[in-house]
Amino acid sequence: MAQSFPSGPAVVFDAVTKRYPGGTVAVDDVSIEIAGGSFVALVGSSGSGKSTLLKMINRLIEPSEGCTRIAGADVAAEPAPMLRRKIGYVFQNIGLFPHMTVSENIAIGLRLAGIPHDAARVDELLDLVDLPRDFATRLPEALSGGQRQRVGVARALATAPGLMLMDEPFGALDPVTRDQLGHAIRALHDRLGLTTIMVTHDMAEALILADRVLVMDAGRIVADESPRALLGGAGGPVAQALVAIPRDQAARMRALAAESTGKSA
Amino acid sequence: MTGPFFDAMTRVPDLLAAHLLLSAAALVLGLAISLPLAIWSGRSPRVARVTLGVASLVQTIPSLALLALFYPLLLFVSGLVGGGIPALGFLPSLLALSLYAVLPILRNGVTGLAGIDPAVIEAADGVGMTPWQKLRLVEAPLVAPVLMAGIRTAAVWTIGAATLSTTVGQPSLGDMIFAGLQTQNWALVLAGCFSAAALALAVDALLGTIEHAIARRRRGLALGAGGVLIAGVLLALAPLWPTNGTVVTIGAKNFSEQYILARLIGDRLEQAGYRVRYRDGLGSAVIYGAVSSGAIDIYVDYAGTIWANEMKRRDVPPRAAMVAAIGAWSAKTSGVKLLGSLGFENAYAFAMKGDAARKLGVASLDDLVRAGPQLKFGSDLEFLERPEWTAIQRAYPIRFASARAYNPTFMYRALESGQADVISAFSSDGRIAAQHLTVLSDPRGAIPGYDAIVLVGKAHAQDAKFLAAVQPLIGRVSVEAMRAANYRVDRDDAKESPEAAARWLGRKIGVIR
Repeated sequence: MAQSFPSGPAVVFDAVTKRYPGGTVAVDDVSIEIAGGSFVALVGSSGSGKSTLLKMINRLIEPSEGCTRIAGADVAAEPAPMLRRKIGYVFQNIGLFPHMTVSENIAIGLRLAGIPHDAARVDELLDLVDLPRDFATRLPEALSGGQRQRVGVARALATAPGLMLMDEPFGALDPVTRDQLGHAIRALHDRLGLTTIMVTHDMAEALILADRVLVMDAGRIVADESPRALLGGAGGPVAQALVAIPRDQAARMRALAAESTGKSA
Repeated sequence: MTGPFFDAMTRVPDLLAAHLLLSAAALVLGLAISLPLAIWSGRSPRVARVTLGVASLVQTIPSLALLALFYPLLLFVSGLVGGGIPALGFLPSLLALSLYAVLPILRNGVTGLAGIDPAVIEAADGVGMTPWQKLRLVEAPLVAPVLMAGIRTAAVWTIGAATLSTTVGQPSLGDMIFAGLQTQNWALVLAGCFSAAALALAVDALLGTIEHAIARRRRGLALGAGGVLIAGVLLALAPLWPTNGTVVTIGAKNFSEQYILARLIGDRLEQAGYRVRYRDGLGSAVIYGAVSSGAIDIYVDYAGTIWANEMKRRDVPPRAAMVAAIGAWSAKTSGVKLLGSLGFENAYAFAMKGDAARKLGVASLDDLVRAGPQLKFGSDLEFLERPEWTAIQRAYPIRFASARAYNPTFMYRALESGQADVISAFSSDGRIAAQHLTVLSDPRGAIPGYDAIVLVGKAHAQDAKFLAAVQPLIGRVSVEAMRAANYRVDRDDAKESPEAAARWLGRKIGVIR
C-alpha cells in the first residue's frame, strides 16, 4: 500500500466504572494507559467486564463514572457517531448488512463520511484482508464465516482508523480460520501502525498475538503483564489459572508426541 | 352485451373512482400515522405495548360502527370550533378507514424491526451511523418486505371496508351493494361486490409486485408498479376535474321508494340540462345533515321524521301546519328550502294479515293494547329506537310477546310466514295491498304526519331553473301511484329497477310523456 498510516493513538481509562441498575458493577474503577501503536489483549472469563470496558472506548456503552481519552481527548467531547467513524470496530457476530454487497459493506464508513464510492479503495481493502476482488459484488449470505469476518475487518479499516477495537473477533470461527485470521490481524496491525485492543477469553490467542495482556476479574484489572512474563509465572493466581490451560494442553500434546515417536522408534 | 348485470356495471366507473380515491387517501393517511408509531414502538417495548394495544382495540370495533361513531364525534368537534367541519361524506370515511389501516402496518413494522439481527444494529452503531442514517440505510430496507406485507393487508381491508362508507354519505361501490340489497336487485349487488373485489385484487397484486421487486433489489420493477398505482389514482381524480354544466347530487335513503323518487327528480333535472349524480343509501339520521351541509342538493324526506328527529318536537299538529313549520324552521336554521309536499304520506303504520286481524278483532291501536301480549312484533331496523315509537307508547301502552328488528324486505316475509304477527309497515308500501294486509287505525292521533316533502339545499334554494324543473312533481304523486311504483321494485317476480319504476311513475302522473 502506498498510503502510510501514522502510529495509532494512546488510549487512557481514568477511574472508569460501569454500574447497572440493580447494583451489578461490570467495570469497577479501572485506570490504565495503553500506549499508541501497541497490541493489547483484554482477557478474562465470561462476565469479567472485558467487553464492557472495550465498548466504553467507542461509547457503545457509556460509563457511570470516570472518562476515557483517546490521544488525550475525552471521548464524550463529540457526538458518538462522529467518534465511532474514527475507530475500527470488529466483533464476534460480525454484523454485515445483509442487504448490501460486500463492496457496499466495506465502503459504508466512506459513504457515511460523504466520500463517493471508490471501487479501487474497495479492491485495496479486499487485498488487505486476502479476499479475491471478485467478492465485491457478492451478498454476505454467499460467504463463509471466515470470509465474512475478513469483510468485517476490511469494513473496519476502510476509513483508515488509527485505533482498532476487537470484541472476540474470532469467537465464532473454526480453529484453522481463527489461526489464519489472527496472524492476518497481527500483520495488519504491524503494517498499518495501529493501536489494537482485542477482547478474548482465549489466553493462548492473547499470548501469541498481543504485546501486552490485561487480565480482568470481577470488573477489575488483576494482571498487566507481557506474554513472556505471564508464561514465566507472573500476574497472580487468576492470570496463572488462565495461562495454565494452554500450557497444560501443550504439555500433554508434547507427551503424546514423545510417546508416539518412542513407539515408532 | 346486455342484461341486468351489464346494466348494473354502467354505474361502476364513477363509484369505482370514488372508491379508489377514498381507499388510497385512507391508506396514505394510515401510513402517515402508523410509520412514525412503528419506529417509535420499535425503539421502546413499552410504547409498542400501548400502540399495538390501542390499534388492536380499534380493530375490534366493527367497521360499520367505527364509521357511524365519527358522525357524532365530528359534529361535536365542529361545534367546538364553531362549525365548518363536515360530519358526513369523505372526512368521517377517511378517518375511520385510516384508523382501520393502522394495525396491520404498525404490527408488521414493529415485528420487522424486532426481527432485525441485533448484530446488524451493533454494526450500524459501530461504524458511526446516526439514528436517522441507521433507519434509512439499515432498518428501513430490512423491514421493507415485512412492512409491505402489512401494507397489502391494510389495502385489502381498506378497499373492503370502504364499501361501508355509503352509510355515512360517501359514494363508493357500497352504493350498489346497499341499493341492490334493499331492492333485491342481485345483479346490482353482484356488480358492486365484483368491482370491489377486482379493485382489491388489482391493488394487492401491484403492491405484491413492489414487495417482490424490493426483495429482489429490482428498482425498475418497483417503480413501474408504483407508477401504475399512482396513474390509477390520478385517473380516479378525473371526475373531479372541472366539467361543463353543473353537477347536482340527489340523495336517497335506503329503500325502494327513495330510489324511485330520486330517479324521478333526477330525470326532471337531466331534462333541464343538469348533470345528475345519486347518493343512495343514506341513513335517515344523516341525510338531513347532508342536505344542510351541501353534500347533497336535493332529496325527499317525510315531515314526521324531520319533526321528531331534527326539530325534537313531541307534539303532533295537523299535517299542513307541520309542513309549514318545517319549511320555516329549515329555511331559518340552514337555508334549506322546502319546495312542497309530493302529495302522499309514508307514515309508520301497524299492519297485520287481514284474516288474523279479523279473527282477533283488532282494527285499531287501541285494540292492540289488549291483544299485544299474545303477538310477536316485527319492526324495521330503526323503528324501536325512533321517537315515533316512544310517542305511540305514550298514547297506547302496547306490550308485545316479543319484538324483533328486520330489514324491511324480510319484515314483510316474516309477517307472511308467521314469524311476526304485527309489523311496523309503511303506508305507501305496495306490499300492503298486494299481501292483503290490514292497517290499524290511530284513533288518538299519536303517529305524526309523514307527508313526503322535497328539500332543496342552500346552493339551489334560489335557483329558478332548478326549482322549476322539480316543481311539477309537487302535489302530483298520489299514495296509490306511489304504492304501485314501489311494488314494481319490491315484488318478487318481474322486478323492475328503480329507474324503470321512476319512468313508469313519471308517465303515470303525467310529468313524462
